[in-house]
Amino acid sequence: MSLIVAKDLSKTYSVGEIEVEAVKSVSFAIEPASFVSFIGPSGSGKSTLLNLIGCLDKPTSGTLTVADVVTAGLTRKEAAIFRGDNLGFIFQDFNLIPVLTVYENVEYPLLMVKNAPAEERKKRIIPLLETVGVIDQKDKYPSQISGGHKQRVAIARALVTNPRLVLADEPTANLDSKTAFKVIDIMRKMKDELGITFIFSTHDQAIVGEVETIFSLHDGVLVGITSGKGRDDV
Amino acid sequence: MSKLIKIAVRNLFRYKRRTLLTSSLIAIGVMFVLVFVAVAGSFKYMMVGQITDSMLGHLQVHKRGYVASIDSLPLTLNLTADEAATLESALGQIPEIEAFSSRLKFGGMFSNFIETTNIRINGVYGEEEIATLPLFPSRVVEGEATIRKGEILIPELLANGLKVTVGSNVVVIATNRDGSVNGRQFVVGGILASVTGPGGRDGYLHIEDAMEILRLDEMEISEVAIRLSDFGRLHDVNARLKQLLSPELDMQGKPVFDVRTWEGLSPFYNIARMIDMMTFFIRLMLIAIVLVSIMNVMIMAVFERIREIGTIAAIGTLPGTIRSLFLIEGFALGVLGAVVGNVLAWVVVAILSISNVSFNFGRETGLVLAPRLQVEDMLLISVIVIIVSVVAALQPAIKASRMEPVEALRHV
Ligand SMILES: Nc1ncnc2c1ncn2[C@@H]1O[C@H](COP(=O)(O)OP(=O)(O)OP(=O)(O)O)[C@@H](O)[C@H]1O
Ligand SMILES: [Mg+2]
Repeated sequence: MSLIVAKDLSKTYSVGEIEVEAVKSVSFAIEPASFVSFIGPSGSGKSTLLNLIGCLDKPTSGTLTVADVVTAGLTRKEAAIFRGDNLGFIFQDFNLIPVLTVYENVEYPLLMVKNAPAEERKKRIIPLLETVGVIDQKDKYPSQISGGHKQRVAIARALVTNPRLVLADEPTANLDSKTAFKVIDIMRKMKDELGITFIFSTHDQAIVGEVETIFSLHDGVLVGITSGKGRDDV
Repeated sequence: MSKLIKIAVRNLFRYKRRTLLTSSLIAIGVMFVLVFVAVAGSFKYMMVGQITDSMLGHLQVHKRGYVASIDSLPLTLNLTADEAATLESALGQIPEIEAFSSRLKFGGMFSNFIETTNIRINGVYGEEEIATLPLFPSRVVEGEATIRKGEILIPELLANGLKVTVGSNVVVIATNRDGSVNGRQFVVGGILASVTGPGGRDGYLHIEDAMEILRLDEMEISEVAIRLSDFGRLHDVNARLKQLLSPELDMQGKPVFDVRTWEGLSPFYNIARMIDMMTFFIRLMLIAIVLVSIMNVMIMAVFERIREIGTIAAIGTLPGTIRSLFLIEGFALGVLGAVVGNVLAWVVVAILSISNVSFNFGRETGLVLAPRLQVEDMLLISVIVIIVSVVAALQPAIKASRMEPVEALRHV
């Protein structure tokens, strides 16, 4: 049973009179516990596709099933609950909440979305902060830590609710290549250990070199699916 | 809830200067309103006290029609002895009535044998009058605060104008109901300072002397002034007395008695009303200030945090929670402003109280303002400010909760 199934998926934006077809009739499937990336030139529709999978946006036509749910039919509130239950997000700009400490940022989804009790939250957060390597920074505010550390915190935040799927739109674009590699390595480990699916969108060769499957987009059209080096059976 | 408060408060601290500015604006507004209410309230309270305790009493009863022509002190509209007795028995049934004074009033001429002027005479029993008007003795600037037979208390105005002093012989002349003129000689027993309002020409005689001048065989009463033990019960007693007297009808089937509180008798009531109006408008202004400043700050807060809103929405925060987050921020700002404002008001009122601000009112000099903050006023203003703060945050909060996460995340 595939985690994600897209069939003839299209997304058209209308800007005034002009219609922009960001994604054109794309079909693919992604299995659980995969490590995949969408690649393609700027404007090829990578972010659009990730937003559709992430249940942040609705397709214009076609069907999309994520974790057995046809997400297009969800209301705003249902979509929010669905995201909280199944998805994790990692952003290019980290998007940590500036008024919360590292610990509190990771705590946020458990506290504000899941309403988990304090004891359980602590049990989840501390090991996770250790795994991503920011436990010594846990009481600092985002403005007090480096970009690499911020993205590690963001990974911890995305994983803390045990999602089935993590979506990362250009997660390494604001990191130097060495840091980027470390961050990818962490995600890779989490995928192996927890069986969580990671979907990236990227230009970064470091990521491209690490993923199992590469979906190439061009002008909103899926032009190729290739196996990457990260594939176990290669 | 506490987690929402934590985030809201941290966000307020994040923009310290803006939070400080907005909350001080609100705090100063709250302070001004509270100080104004306290000062105006004390002024009003004192003025009402002066007027009721030195002249009017809390309530008055006349024959119906008397008040309309009170300027001419009509002898034809006095209460008869029977009616006065009925009234007295009704007054006896109301325990809240501390004292009352029956007055026989008429207009007459006052002469020092050289010059003559007009005077308004109040025939009273001295003890009754003083029990009803505890400040009456303080009006006596010369002589004694008693009303003995054969003596007259005259207003300062007449004493100065006709150059008479305590001990002088004077004559009071009046026309009685039948049209015949009668006069009597009196000794000036005391001189009265006047209170603002009618009364500048009011002199006092013993009621039996008054009867004699008017050649009345039977007692008649023009007005009865009433003092209550608890001023707060004014309107209850007013209603009760009206009800007790309502069966008394005249030949035309109309009520005999006309019961009024001081409010219906003194022009100062309009000043008191104006003070209340001003308080109301000042409160309205405060509401406007709070509304505009909080709305402004919250609109800015939402605009600055669009990406953050997108982020927490993407993570799965429910729209309702996002809305609460901003509402609580507005609420917290309102609470901060209200609390600081109350403290400031308390300080200012305390300073005003110890600095003994005094002023003159009419001929009363050196009245000391005693502003006092009423707990109800403080609570009311605080509640208003906090509610208005939340209402002002509502629109921005709803806007934040309705944002599309994709668009919010794309915002730069
Ligand atoms: N909200 C929108 N309104 C109108 N057009 C949009 C919107 N979002 C995306 N587009 C258009 O859709 C196309 C695909 O955009 P998308 O952001 O998915 O590309 P991308 O592959 O992520 O590019 P990049 O590598 O620059 O991030 C582009 O032409 C873009 O201009
Ligand atoms: Mg993109």
